[in-house]
Amino acid sequence: MKVKEIAERTGARMLTGNGGSSREVRFAFSSDLMSDVLTRDYEDAVLITGLSNLQAIRTAEMSDIGVVIIARNKEVGREMVALAERNEIVLLKSPLSLFRISGVLYEAGLKPLF
Amino acid sequence: MELSYDIGGGDFVNAGRASSAVKGILKQLNISAVLIKRVVIALYEAEVNVAAHASAGKISVSITKDVIRINIRDKGPGIADIELAMQEGYSTASKEVREMGFGAGMGLPNIRKNSDTFNISSTPGEGTELEIINRLSN
Ligand SMILES: Nc1ncnc2c1ncn2[C@@H]1O[C@H](COP(=O)(O)OP(=O)(O)O)[C@@H](O)[C@H]1O
Ligand SMILES: [Mg+2]
Repeated sequence: MKVKEIAERTGARMLTGNGGSSREVRFAFSSDLMSDVLTRDYEDAVLITGLSNLQAIRTAEMSDIGVVIIARNKEVGREMVALAERNEIVLLKSPLSLFRISGVLYEAGLKPLF
Repeated sequence: MELSYDIGGGDFVNAGRASSAVKGILKQLNISAVLIKRVVIALYEAEVNVAAHASAGKISVSITKDVIRINIRDKGPGIADIELAMQEGYSTASKEVREMGFGAGMGLPNIRKNSDTFNISSTPGEGTELEIINRLSN
């Protein structure tokens, strides 16, 4: 699924520069616990999280996660956006809850990683 | 190649900087993505531990053609019972640390999992030292 479609289905806004909307992902994982995210392997994955801080972006960086969705329109700091951009991570922010984002994307065909 | 970095205790803004820098260097050295991931995940959890549990730390990284050896030494409370600290789920992390997405007691076990050789030693009241070694070939 293209990032563009993810954004449309979840009402999300893309916070990082253009170019990310054509990126494609197949899998998703939802978690607020970065230590847990760090125990797994990812390929073509989006991380859906309610945790809006620098460590969520660092965790994506270390885990090779290319797309991050912040749930419930949590405030996203400028430093988070800059860090995501530096690491070519596509950062999205959705007004929906973690549960709803997960449900919508699951139904639309994103596969669970685990 | 020898690299070194400082980490501040309580500094969650900068936790991960060393891991990020090391990741960039390992990529330039054309090391496999799988090995890079093992190294940086272990280092990142170790950095977070210094930020979460200690007052200051120093990281030394040594890269040769055979091995990536990382040493993380901190000044801090140390760990009285290492066997207990290594157990998955054991954590003394503060509420603030848990709100950061850490503090579930999964860090040390994951560091060990991502190391070919892992050593930990500590002097309570003084600090903790970790050694994370990963071989480049097998
Ligand atoms: N560098 C350190 N200095 C002091 N105590 C530490 C350090 N690293 C780990 N610990 C202790 O070991 C426990 C388990 O660590 P870890 O598995 O990383 O889980 P967490 O950091 O989520 O609590 C910590 O809660 C803490 O009590
Ligand atoms: Mg930890």
